[in-house]
Amino acid sequence: MQDVTHLLNRTAFGARPGDLERVQKIGAEKYLEEQLHPPRVDDQSTDALLVKFPTLRMSAGELLEKYQRPAQLRQGRQETQTPQFRMRRLAETPQLILQELQAQKIVRAVHSQRQLQEVMTDFWFNHFNVFWNKNADRWLTTPYEMDVIRPHALGKFKELLEATAKSPAMLFYLDNHLSSSIKGINENYGRELMELHTLGVDGGYTQKDVQEVARAFTGWSIDRPQRSGGFMFRGRIHDDGEKIVLGHKIHKGGIRDGEEVLEILAKHPSTARFISTKMVRRFVSDDPPVKLVKHVSDVYLKTGGDIREMLHAVFTSNEFNSPEVSGAKTKTPFEFVASAIRAADGTTDGSRQIAQAIGRMGQPLYQCQPPAGYADRGDQWMSNGAVLERLNFAVALASNKIAGTTVASDESPKALVTRLGSPEFQKR
Amino acid sequence: MEISRRYFLKSGGIALASFASAPSFLVRTALAQTNHGRGADRPILIAIFQRGAADGISMVVPFGDRHYSSLRPQIAITEPSRGGNDRAIDLDGYFGLHPSLDSLKPIYDEGHLAIVHAVGSPDNTRSHFDAQDYMEAGAPGNKSVSDGWLNRYLQAKPDTNATPFRAVALSATLPRSLAGPASAVAMQRVGDFGIRGGRATPEVEQLFADLYKDTFDAVKLLRSATAQQYVPSPTAQYPNSPFAQSMMQIAQLVKSDIGLEVAFADIGGWDTHANQGSSRGQLANRLKDLGDSLSALYRDLGDQMRNIVLVTMTEFGRAVRQNGSGGTDHGHASCLFVAGGPVKGGKVYGQWPGLAPEQLYEGRDLALTTDFRDVFSEIVITHLGARDVSRVFPNFKQAAPLKMVKAS
Repeated sequence: MQDVTHLLNRTAFGARPGDLERVQKIGAEKYLEEQLHPPRVDDQSTDALLVKFPTLRMSAGELLEKYQRPAQLRQGRQETQTPQFRMRRLAETPQLILQELQAQKIVRAVHSQRQLQEVMTDFWFNHFNVFWNKNADRWLTTPYEMDVIRPHALGKFKELLEATAKSPAMLFYLDNHLSSSIKGINENYGRELMELHTLGVDGGYTQKDVQEVARAFTGWSIDRPQRSGGFMFRGRIHDDGEKIVLGHKIHKGGIRDGEEVLEILAKHPSTARFISTKMVRRFVSDDPPVKLVKHVSDVYLKTGGDIREMLHAVFTSNEFNSPEVSGAKTKTPFEFVASAIRAADGTTDGSRQIAQAIGRMGQPLYQCQPPAGYADRGDQWMSNGAVLERLNFAVALASNKIAGTTVASDESPKALVTRLGSPEFQKR
Repeated sequence: MEISRRYFLKSGGIALASFASAPSFLVRTALAQTNHGRGADRPILIAIFQRGAADGISMVVPFGDRHYSSLRPQIAITEPSRGGNDRAIDLDGYFGLHPSLDSLKPIYDEGHLAIVHAVGSPDNTRSHFDAQDYMEAGAPGNKSVSDGWLNRYLQAKPDTNATPFRAVALSATLPRSLAGPASAVAMQRVGDFGIRGGRATPEVEQLFADLYKDTFDAVKLLRSATAQQYVPSPTAQYPNSPFAQSMMQIAQLVKSDIGLEVAFADIGGWDTHANQGSSRGQLANRLKDLGDSLSALYRDLGDQMRNIVLVTMTEFGRAVRQNGSGGTDHGHASCLFVAGGPVKGGKVYGQWPGLAPEQLYEGRDLALTTDFRDVFSEIVITHLGARDVSRVFPNFKQAAPLKMVKAS
């Protein structure tokens, strides 16, 4: 492992001035070890930046209580409808939850010392995508990222999978909370669970499997969904009959049916291959080298889906460290923006202006409607419209015209724009 | 000798640069003169993708099929002869438009809106991602086709006089349909397509002029052609929605006579697994946006629709039986709209496969009787004037044409 720039481009959101020297001093291996074990890296300075986002520490219930839907605002009692009161309440719409959620993502990507943790949180959120704008997910998405995705980002895939399966955000997004043995099943979650979360579309399941999996998950629901409650298993609407999933008989009954399906899927070789392919595409190349995918996939099967071990296998592989892959992968808009602020030695409070710029480049954060998430191939991000938006961002950033974001680079604005707007900087 | 504007732009970089500094009305006058005759009657295709798999039998309701309403106790649309404003709008005694699509009915009555029912992709996938990919690649079941069908049309019919705006997608990134070697522009809004650097703008453009040459050529041309604030025709009532915005940008591009031949836009929100509603509700709201936006575009373009064919598509339809949560799961065939001056409309095309249990695809979905490529092929050949479509749709054998498009 020699190319530290490449390492920082892939395991972090690019290098800040001085990062290169620091990593060279402690050695790439030690840096990687630290990044793979985030608690070993002190990150109090980032925590301090996040204090100003109170919604990050609220439960879904608290969020709903404080940031009500607009319709409920209008239904307030007459005497509370003074102009001051209404001004205050309108400032507390769910839109503010989204702003803080986007802001923390940007702040963390730019400032966190635990860069790999941020890269993987981004990776897994996109893999287990939920759409913020879908009704209750406006209150459920913040706890989903904080309590479901983030803590498992470098853990065991099976635990991450189960946490998403039992998360109100996912149960709501893919409609499983409505799937019922009495009223009838809803296939949405059962299908995407296999197609997008585990086996992959060519992973060997059938339409019949989709229906059987949906039956197994009947009753996996939310305690008062419109009140943002927690996970709840409703035995009354669970289908306790026998199911056959991928040739396995599922007959433990109750909540164990769904859990058994998750075990089968997590252990399946198609899942190992699908997750490994996606990981290699993120870190190595749009066209994942077959041999490396096989290797990472073997690590998955051998370690029971240990994400940390899989990443280690990727970063220490010949394919990752071969010169032709470095600088060859197009950055997503989010990666471009975070890496640009870092490269300019900037600080940011993650203001709305930045989130909006990322949106205009084609990646509105937390607002990807389809369950597949955003494209994991880099080459899909560039168009002439997107190039112009990237240049516009570079211009605004270099001339310090973004409120709450300041660059401290000793380069002239012109030199900085030239660097951040160059075709090379659009890649990592 | 008449020199077309497109030739002029391609060959005259210096002349273009001087254009850029001329007052914009002069530029437009000059463009209009060099372009007189040919550009005005160029055939245009507008392609709309309804992402998420739209429920074809709610969009165009087969109320004449006696199985329809019993398959959908809560979400069926009332047949035209019963109910009030909530009923389907009768088209031909068998099919009816969803009441939220009422603004399309006048276009149907004028004979410029055709419907194809039970249409879609023959591949049996119920994956959104794969099915969209197959449809946009124009190659169902084939994952090795890397460019999109619209891009292959552009390749198959090269135009040396083309401007950068021959093909435009109204989105931040290029859709799969337009991906490939032929150049195409992606942009969300006409007004945002450029550098917003205030006084620094010319300097920034200079910095990147060589690195992103195609992009800045396009920026300059667009700036000269759309210098004034766009005002839609007073007869056009665009809703306040992102999709309506896209339609308005397309209208502006058409009217600015900037060399547009293929436009693409998408509209999401069709994956109605739960609580889709019937004549009102979630799906009805999406259809209202779709219908009103398309109708506004149609009114806005007015007489220019004589050269335009608009086609909608969706990756698959939805199961014919409602599911346990008042919605519909992934299905097979759906329906699509073809509208415009050259369209022989006022008719529902395609063979109706029926909704009896034994007529359903895999026992649950609307069966397919028309391959989407047959519809697209007819448009590409008859309207856009391609000689054949073997390159646009690989390994595809056309069925007899539906004869729904007149040659332009």
